[in-house]
Amino acid sequence: MFTFILRIIGIIILAPLAGGMLTGMDRVITARMQGRQGPPVLQPFYDVLKLLQKEPIEVNLMHRFYVYIALIFVIFTTVIMLTGGDILLAIFALTLGSIFFVLGGYASNSPYSLVGSERELLQMMAYEPMVLLTGIGLYYADNSFFIKDIVSAQAPAILSLPGIFLGLLFILTFKLRKSPFDLSMCHHGHQEIVQGITTEYSGRDLAVIEITHWYETVIALTLVFVFFATKAPVSYVFAVLACLLAYFLEIVIDNGFARVKWQLALDSSWIITGVLGTVNLIILSFFR
Amino acid sequence: MNIIYALILFPLAAAIVIFFVRNDSIRNAVVKVSAFVVAVLTLCVFAWYFQNGISFTPANGEIIDIVIMVIEVLVAAYLIIAGLKNKKYIVSVFSVIQTTLILWFELTGKQGIEVENSIIFDKLTAIMVLIAGVIGSLICLYAVGYMKWYHKQHKNYKERKYFFLAVLFLFLSAMFGLVLSNDLTWLYFCWEITTLCSYLLIGYTKTEEAKNNSFLALAINLGGGIAFAAAIVFIGINFKTLELSDLIAMKRSATVLIPVFLLSVAALTKSAQFPFSSWLLGAMVAPTPSSALLHSATMVKAGVYLIIRLAPLLGLSTVGIIVTTIGCITFLICSLIAISQTDAKKILAYSTLANLGLIVICASVGTQESIWAAILLVIFHAVSKSLLFLSVGSIEHQIGSRSVEDMDILLHVSRRLSLYMIIGMAGMFLAPFGMLISKWVAMKAFIDSNHILAVIVIAYGSAATLFYWTKWMGKLVSNANVKKQRKHTFFAEEEIPIFIHTVLVVLSCFGFPLISKYALVPFLTDLYGADAIIPIGTSDVKIMIVMLGMLLIIPIGFIPIYKQDKRRIVPIYMAGENTGDNETFYGGNGEKRKVELRNWYLESYFGTKRFSFWCNVISICVLCVGVIVLIGGFAK
Repeated sequence: MFTFILRIIGIIILAPLAGGMLTGMDRVITARMQGRQGPPVLQPFYDVLKLLQKEPIEVNLMHRFYVYIALIFVIFTTVIMLTGGDILLAIFALTLGSIFFVLGGYASNSPYSLVGSERELLQMMAYEPMVLLTGIGLYYADNSFFIKDIVSAQAPAILSLPGIFLGLLFILTFKLRKSPFDLSMCHHGHQEIVQGITTEYSGRDLAVIEITHWYETVIALTLVFVFFATKAPVSYVFAVLACLLAYFLEIVIDNGFARVKWQLALDSSWIITGVLGTVNLIILSFFR
Repeated sequence: MNIIYALILFPLAAAIVIFFVRNDSIRNAVVKVSAFVVAVLTLCVFAWYFQNGISFTPANGEIIDIVIMVIEVLVAAYLIIAGLKNKKYIVSVFSVIQTTLILWFELTGKQGIEVENSIIFDKLTAIMVLIAGVIGSLICLYAVGYMKWYHKQHKNYKERKYFFLAVLFLFLSAMFGLVLSNDLTWLYFCWEITTLCSYLLIGYTKTEEAKNNSFLALAINLGGGIAFAAAIVFIGINFKTLELSDLIAMKRSATVLIPVFLLSVAALTKSAQFPFSSWLLGAMVAPTPSSALLHSATMVKAGVYLIIRLAPLLGLSTVGIIVTTIGCITFLICSLIAISQTDAKKILAYSTLANLGLIVICASVGTQESIWAAILLVIFHAVSKSLLFLSVGSIEHQIGSRSVEDMDILLHVSRRLSLYMIIGMAGMFLAPFGMLISKWVAMKAFIDSNHILAVIVIAYGSAATLFYWTKWMGKLVSNANVKKQRKHTFFAEEEIPIFIHTVLVVLSCFGFPLISKYALVPFLTDLYGADAIIPIGTSDVKIMIVMLGMLLIIPIGFIPIYKQDKRRIVPIYMAGENTGDNETFYGGNGEKRKVELRNWYLESYFGTKRFSFWCNVISICVLCVGVIVLIGGFAK
């Protein structure tokens, strides 16, 4: 029991550190791709520390409440996933967190936030089917919804779920808020709706949003991880490599594509989900 | 004297009394007392028979048969005349066909068939009785408060409150009879009475629209009634029985599947699945309590109840696959269409259709897990949807509109009402609330039984569901500015039922492991003869209860912070052109322009036009395939 609590505390502390480091690496790599020197790897942490010291400014008393709840549920998801819990339950908890984040945008009652919220919701609608199918596909392949069972299977899940994995890679672009699917808010200051859903947040609240994003990065990569991990400990090395590769791929995509309209975002992800997910599941059902 | 008789007959008596009391305050008192008694009776019956159940045949069954026959003929005569008078001949024709069919059978074929158990009360019946009794009586109580102002807002409608309230109670009586009957002719009779009641309620306002919609509902449900009547005749002649339990116990074969198909069609019309869905959308013209009753506790639930009963015969049989397909189409398409709606009641209606589709899928998949999910869906949906309808009714009263776009001021008008509304919505789609638990198990059940289509459909449908509920929730929390606050009285008769519903939504989420343990598992074990297990592991249940606890506790933790907060409040960002009041900005010529914030409805994508026609065509084709396969005797 005691070690379990220690483990949870460890996860809560280490996950955002890892997420922050990844974001820092992302910024360096992106800068190099654009021929710039870029900030130090630890820059995201400096940013957050600075934000924490700023004067709190609000547009109303309610809207920051939602980002804190969003953070709590995202942490909750991270803990469920990294302790080997039920993957569908984790997905549902994550969705709950995202919904609170969206509601925060609505609660500020500001035009830019509202457009950001609508877009964020649309993005959620675009990626949600694939996320659910990922959970279901993993269950289909390994007969368990529990991540601890999935990562101790004989063969890696990727062998039976290549289609689902490709679909997941596609929608990770949404989850990691990378171009071409960074409609609702993006990390680069060049969006037509200002900072989208986060327009009205500043100081500590914005820092919380940033930290939430670090956790989400870890969650997204954990989903990649479970496709590669097996009973053999050496597979964990490959799985981590796969995660880093996937993250690098997302950075390349981020730099290689312009932001698309919502129609294309929705169509493409629903069609890709439909084709890759369905075909993969149908083929699996024949071998079962 | 059995207390079950009291359960069926008391609402009937109440209906008659209410019909004849013309003094408003006396009638209101009668309604309140009757609603209370119905609820108490329901709980008594539930407590009495839940553990062991009961099955029996009333001693004077033949007299009841004759009474039923007489009433059937009278109702038929009434409907035929109404159809002729209003030039809706199809109604008259349907009514003539089914009444002749049933009368002919009652007088000839039925002789010699012994019915052993006309009434069966098992765990499923117990749940249905509890839903109809508790939710139904709360809705009746609410109707008292609602009708107080309804005719003040709608002066052009003729006031017939006595009629409206009486029909509500008649409806409850019929619903009790329906879920308790095992004798198919009695079940059919109650089935027809619910059709009649829905016709009367939908046509309440007597406007042209109401009239058309009520006849549409009548025509579709009578069409389903014909299928039901045909099924009874078929079962009676071929199997020499009239008991639902006997039919369910039979082995699947080409002959057995024919009445199962007919009954399924009847159930699909009642549950308003594609291609029969139009009547439920038309039913929105009626006053809100009747919508709440139709959508949550009665009417549509009767349809899915029958499908759940038939579930062991569906599964992977031809009929099962057809019903599953219809459910899939309805669930997916209605979830998508709901995105494009602005009228709150329309959104709720499409959401009802979608959820019924989901229940139909679960029931027709026919494994222990999926039926577990189906029954829980019925429970959770009834509670949440009824709460939402009642809240929308009161919101319409408070802000004078039921467009979602106007609800951004609700937080100022009535904080409590927004809270009730948000909890109701959370109950419909959010983890860890009820509907999501059932959806989760449904997904697991579909994948376990290799229903890939259903799995895909549920993935897309859930995503759409999330979109339309969240954007509505967003409007509710958006805290828009209102200069002038309108205040209306929020009658206690309205608020008490809404509050109890809210409590029920939360309690049912905490209590679902208990429902599962004491009702669903024994029921499913009995039905299939194999031990049923709870599809969700205990560790998950614990985590979900923790989540629910967090959702309830976190908001409380946030309240005191505001009081002593020294945060600087600034105007919202409008590219530097905010005039300072958060409502207007400086336009191009320096003039003040009002800010209007609207939700996305994506009509070009998810509009009704784009879908309804093709969905109806496809689902009619699916049904036709079913007919051909059954007539050809290929069914298995």
